Amino acid sequence: MRRIRAAVTGAVTLSLAFTATACGGGESGEATPKTLTYWASNQGSSLEVDKKVLQPELDRFEQETGIKVKLEVIPWSDLLNRILTAATSGQGPDVLNIGNTWSASLQSTGALLPFDAKNFDSIGGKDRFVDSALGSTGTPGKDPAAVPLYSMAYALYYNKQMFKDAGIAKPPTTWDEVIAAGKKLSKGGKWGLGVEGSNLSNNIHQVFALGKQHGADFFTADGKADFTSDGAVAAVKQYVDLMATQKIVAPGNAEYAQNQSLSDFAKNKTGMVLWQTPSQTFASQGMTPEEWGVVPAPVPSGKPGAGRQTNSMVAGINMAVFKNTKNLDGALKFVKFMTSDEEQVILNKTYGSVPPVKGAQKDPSFADPSLDVIRETLASSAAALPQVPEESQFETVVGTAVKELFADAAAGRPVTTESVRAKLDKAQQQMPKK
Amino acid sequence: MTRTALARPSEPAVRKAAPGEAPAPRRSGRRRIALPYLLLLPALLLELLVHLVPMLMGIGMSFKELTQFYIRNWSEAPWSGLDNYTVAIDFDAPVGQALLKSFLTTCLFTVLSVALCWFLGTAAAIFLQENFRGRGILRTLFLVPYALPVYAAVITWAFMFQRDNGLINHVLHDQLGIGDSPAFWLIGDNSFWALLVVSVWKGWPFAFLTVMAGLQNIPRDMYEAAALDGAGVIKQIRHITLPSLRSVNQVLVLVLFLWTFNDFNTPFVLFGKAAPEAADLVSLHIYQSSFQTWNFGTGSAMSVLLLLFLLVVTGVYLLLTTRGRKTSDV
Repeated sequence: MRRIRAAVTGAVTLSLAFTATACGGGESGEATPKTLTYWASNQGSSLEVDKKVLQPELDRFEQETGIKVKLEVIPWSDLLNRILTAATSGQGPDVLNIGNTWSASLQSTGALLPFDAKNFDSIGGKDRFVDSALGSTGTPGKDPAAVPLYSMAYALYYNKQMFKDAGIAKPPTTWDEVIAAGKKLSKGGKWGLGVEGSNLSNNIHQVFALGKQHGADFFTADGKADFTSDGAVAAVKQYVDLMATQKIVAPGNAEYAQNQSLSDFAKNKTGMVLWQTPSQTFASQGMTPEEWGVVPAPVPSGKPGAGRQTNSMVAGINMAVFKNTKNLDGALKFVKFMTSDEEQVILNKTYGSVPPVKGAQKDPSFADPSLDVIRETLASSAAALPQVPEESQFETVVGTAVKELFADAAAGRPVTTESVRAKLDKAQQQMPKK
Repeated sequence: MTRTALARPSEPAVRKAAPGEAPAPRRSGRRRIALPYLLLLPALLLELLVHLVPMLMGIGMSFKELTQFYIRNWSEAPWSGLDNYTVAIDFDAPVGQALLKSFLTTCLFTVLSVALCWFLGTAAAIFLQENFRGRGILRTLFLVPYALPVYAAVITWAFMFQRDNGLINHVLHDQLGIGDSPAFWLIGDNSFWALLVVSVWKGWPFAFLTVMAGLQNIPRDMYEAAALDGAGVIKQIRHITLPSLRSVNQVLVLVLFLWTFNDFNTPFVLFGKAAPEAADLVSLHIYQSSFQTWNFGTGSAMSVLLLLFLLVVTGVYLLLTTRGRKTSDV
């Protein structure tokens, strides 16, 4: 029943106008305390993989509590829209995963249950979670709109065979070294670095870290859009220049949006990618863990750290409860279950991510050198994307600007400071006026 | 309908019999008149519910500041007067400029697409009028694009248009050697042409089907008479086929125009959420303005403007074409 309803609500504009009045108060599904609907984000290499990973855990939850969880895994391209439609109509899941960068945006809609002291107590307490992960759960000073579920960070993954063939002895740690290595690799139809030029979110993640390195934040301290500062322009230009002037990125990457850069990497066509937890995807493309290496994402010089030495966003997935749920008690039980030490170990191990729960981090299975890089980055050199209500609009408009600049670069048109600034200026004008 | 017809003095005499009838049969006549309306009532109510109510609500939304802060209960969103409209049509500011550009792109795209669809459809229908072996197979084949689900078809096109692994570049660049380097079709300026190709591919079978049906109504003896008078194929098409198809074409072109102008599926599936500037059709533009930036008020205002435009175009078109037909019929 809810599935059908969800499909109906998905029929965008019509349902938006329709359900808004039809169910002005906003009601969520039928009130059955023995079932929950859970929208999971796509963490594995496919939706099917996610179902296989999650279903046994949901079965276990049912055994323990008698509550049946109906699972729906939603691809990233649809997730935000589905949540938005659910918020509008009030017809949504009980529990859902959100990209942690959307926390403040979704918090402002009022559709998610705030985790106040009482709700935190019912899932075992706030201090069970790692601080850096809690920094991406909503506007600072407000009760978090979600709790961290999986933590990730960007790192530089390199193809060992290609590095050996190109005679590169040491994986790069600074941008100059990335470019030098990239130039050695970019020969004979092979390329240095892979990017996903048409993936708006990925573009944002990359230019955000570069922005930090240039001392730019994209938002002012009081939450206003600030896309055209010198630092922001320099950051975007530096990223697009990897294709435009350094020529270590294949022009074809400008239209990539479906993780094609990871396939290129696995097929020995691209030597490096900047990515968050790709190990499962590499494995599904037939790459063994010995064939790739990982080092912290590059910085301008020196070692990664805070401020201008930032080399990643705090990436991750949060778990939220839909405020309209008719089964609040069950929903919180489910959140408690999914963030328990035991489940955290199982799930994060499978997805190659780091548990944001302190107790689970101690598990020996996370003592893997490739995860050390991520844990170290999260602990010392990752910064949270701006926790402002307009964050998701920022991802769209600036992500699109970067996509268009990549299209220019790929077509051989010059990408100049002026053209970058013009695109960012246009993006800023599209932001909602306060 | 009957009433207005009765009121008109110039109407043919056949219907004038009604007022002269006795009162009793008239009552039964009224009942007879009521029946169709009664039968239509459920459909009418559903139509109101499914189409008109959301439309009116959309118009209402366009006067509200409906951002993410209010989507949960949009009756609480503050009224913003004409603000959304001023933003949408302020062509000096980026939002208005982008809308205008998107609108002009859509106009050009629609004109080209409708013209090509019509031309290909008509040409194919005329060729297939001749009886020859394999005609049935060809007719079926031509209708395939129309029968395929849009999503599956357009996703296939998106794969074919990929720069590095797509079929189009494989043929154009690798086989035929056109261009120094493979072209991009899904980003940059070429995306307009890619979109046009898919749109025509998807739209022309409908024109083909409609014109083919229209051709069945043209008596064959007209062609025979014309042939006896020495008219060649071209002259026959110009003086018999096209004039006879006039009323069919009138509807066909209008429907194609509205479908193409409003097409959302094709660009959305082909390009994703952020269409390249060259192929930024107005439907996708409005979607992005409302869903991607969570500003449903401005999005609704743009939709209302679009609705007005389409109403005006449709009205003017029907006025011009029907008036033209009446004079030609006389």
